[in-house]
Amino acid sequence: MAAQTLYDKLWEQHLVKQRDDGTALIYIDRHMLHEVTSPQAFEGLRLANRRPWRLDSNLATTDHNVPTTLVERAQGNKGIKDPVSLIQVQTLDDNCREYGIVEFGINDPRQGIVHVVGPEQGATLPGMTVVCGDSHTATHGAFGALAHGIGTSEVEHVLATQCLLTQKMKNMQVRVEGELGLGITAKDVVLAIIGKIGTAGGTGHAIEFAGSVIEALSMEGRMTVCNMAIEAGARVGMIAVDDTTIDYIGNRPYSPTGEQWEAAVADWRELVSDADAAFDKVVTLDAAEIEPQVSWGTSPEMVTGISGQVPDPRAASDDTVAHSHTRALEYMGLSANQKITDIHLDKVFIGSCTNSRIEDLRAAAAVAKGQTVADNIKLAMVVPGSGLVKRQAEEEGLDKIFIEAGFEWREPGCSMCLAMNADKLGAGEHCASTSNRNFEGRQGYGGRTHLVSPAMAAAAAIAGHFVDVRRLPANDQSHAKKA
Amino acid sequence: MKQFTRFQGVVAPLDRANVDTDLIIPKQFLKSIKRTGFGVNLFDELRYLDEGQPGQDCANRPINPDFVLNQPRYQNAEVLLARRNFGCGSSREHAPWALEDFGFRVVIAPSFADIFYNNAFKNGLLLVVLAEDTVDRLFNAVDASPDYALDVDLERQQVTLPDGESLSFEVDAFRKHCLLEGLDDIGITLQDEDAIRAFEAKHRARRPWLFRDSA
Ligand code: SF4
Repeated sequence: MAAQTLYDKLWEQHLVKQRDDGTALIYIDRHMLHEVTSPQAFEGLRLANRRPWRLDSNLATTDHNVPTTLVERAQGNKGIKDPVSLIQVQTLDDNCREYGIVEFGINDPRQGIVHVVGPEQGATLPGMTVVCGDSHTATHGAFGALAHGIGTSEVEHVLATQCLLTQKMKNMQVRVEGELGLGITAKDVVLAIIGKIGTAGGTGHAIEFAGSVIEALSMEGRMTVCNMAIEAGARVGMIAVDDTTIDYIGNRPYSPTGEQWEAAVADWRELVSDADAAFDKVVTLDAAEIEPQVSWGTSPEMVTGISGQVPDPRAASDDTVAHSHTRALEYMGLSANQKITDIHLDKVFIGSCTNSRIEDLRAAAAVAKGQTVADNIKLAMVVPGSGLVKRQAEEEGLDKIFIEAGFEWREPGCSMCLAMNADKLGAGEHCASTSNRNFEGRQGYGGRTHLVSPAMAAAAAIAGHFVDVRRLPANDQSHAKKA
Repeated sequence: MKQFTRFQGVVAPLDRANVDTDLIIPKQFLKSIKRTGFGVNLFDELRYLDEGQPGQDCANRPINPDFVLNQPRYQNAEVLLARRNFGCGSSREHAPWALEDFGFRVVIAPSFADIFYNNAFKNGLLLVVLAEDTVDRLFNAVDASPDYALDVDLERQQVTLPDGESLSFEVDAFRKHCLLEGLDDIGITLQDEDAIRAFEAKHRARRPWLFRDSA
């Protein structure tokens, strides 16, 4: 048999039918749902008098609209002040109840951001096809799964048929070789990748991340990298299965046990690209060249190292680029050649499906420990990715470190990643954010987002501006490696 | 789904690369549980000078006179001319819903983001990919002549310019078929119900751990 990539293998294992016109039916193992992209899909089912095909493949949670203060959360759904958000959350509750789909509702201890919840529950397993009406579904590919975001019509299609109608993508490999410097994290790696290949660099491709740096990452780090495959233009990001993957999955609520566990592990060991598999595109990065990253513009590819500066549009490679750089600088209120460390900051957000897992919170806490948030920072918030992450962080005392330093310690949800709830930037405010998108208005109307790692965000909160985490004393304790 | 066969419409130019879905329809409007009514908030942050809220009457909001869709000559535009990587960002289907609700039937650009591409076709919105220099040329032409209209023929896969020049475009056979016939994907897939059931039984036997109820 011809050598296959990981993507080829996953595709083949789920191919129900290949049509002559190039489209194919792919079987879906796990379908995750949240409140924003599902109501119209359920409505469609109802109108056509259809039922979900296989209930146990579905798992739902509310995340985008939920408030994050304890006072509001104590009231359950009633704590959602915005009536339109409330309807959306209630609609998911009602739909799950009506159709018998498992849902982690607003005050379930397992509730959280859908891409944190799935892996944490063992609901994301190697070898699965995982879809969700959310572009950051690529996160789940960290487990050697074929995972990607779908639109609402596709959510309805998957509910009704357990299949996705799609076309095979091309294979792309992004290799990161060498060893990361101290204080350089998975977030810096993926931002550097996007800076290099651009936000359309992976369009039409399934990206497999590989190389010694990726292999050395924890599962949390791998999820951070795969999460942002979409910001590199690829619907799918994935990483081959190894011991790190298998160790993470053992003993989670949805993971197989006993004999099935043994059989599953044997099967999962195959989930790697064959040594001589061919990729349509290969990009290689040298770890030694990756600095802590900070985005300066309104697209994730507008990113540079902490020692860098805002580019000068006049030096851009072509007119379209010059045009978008000029516009970005205007929106961001920055000037050409301004040093990254001189950017004024107003808020700090540590959270989102990119960086709200326990390891992220540990990295931020290691920097914040014994320090105080700078006076110019109006709000520094830490929003754990799920109720279980929150609980673990509290068991480790991270909440106290944050609170003592002047951070707000919140309840789990998407929060200021996209500001659908009350957590927002004001117009013109600059935010050091561990989320994944710096689009105009993403974190609030007129808000200005700078994407960074959790350690960089915490350090910026303390200093009041961006600083190089490699120069911090905390790095002597090598917290950035797996704790 | 709405059918698309052949259509002629006025072109509006949106001269900006990497137009993301947050720009097409900002997140506060994603709270709706309906598929319609997003048109008044299409490009909300570019179109109005204040911050829009769902359910608000947009008639009295301050308009940004500089935004292209606010110019009188583009009021009835049905074809959107855009730059590379249009529709990048989230998977929100609200983006094509908003474009359609506003009245667009076709978007022309040098490239589109993957998920947006899929979502658009599933909603009867035709996306036409043309070479970057061709798109450049169209931008200049639209600029130069008011009421510049294009004829888009899906059957023949051709865009015809006012001067009679024809440009051909690619579209995959399945998407084309569905759009021409206005077919619903789910109905088509369910014609293969037996194949799905057979696959599922095999898959369950081979990898039972993927099925919670066989644990
Ligand atoms: S945390 Fe942000 S990116 Fe992730 S699912 Fe929520 S809104 Fe989307």
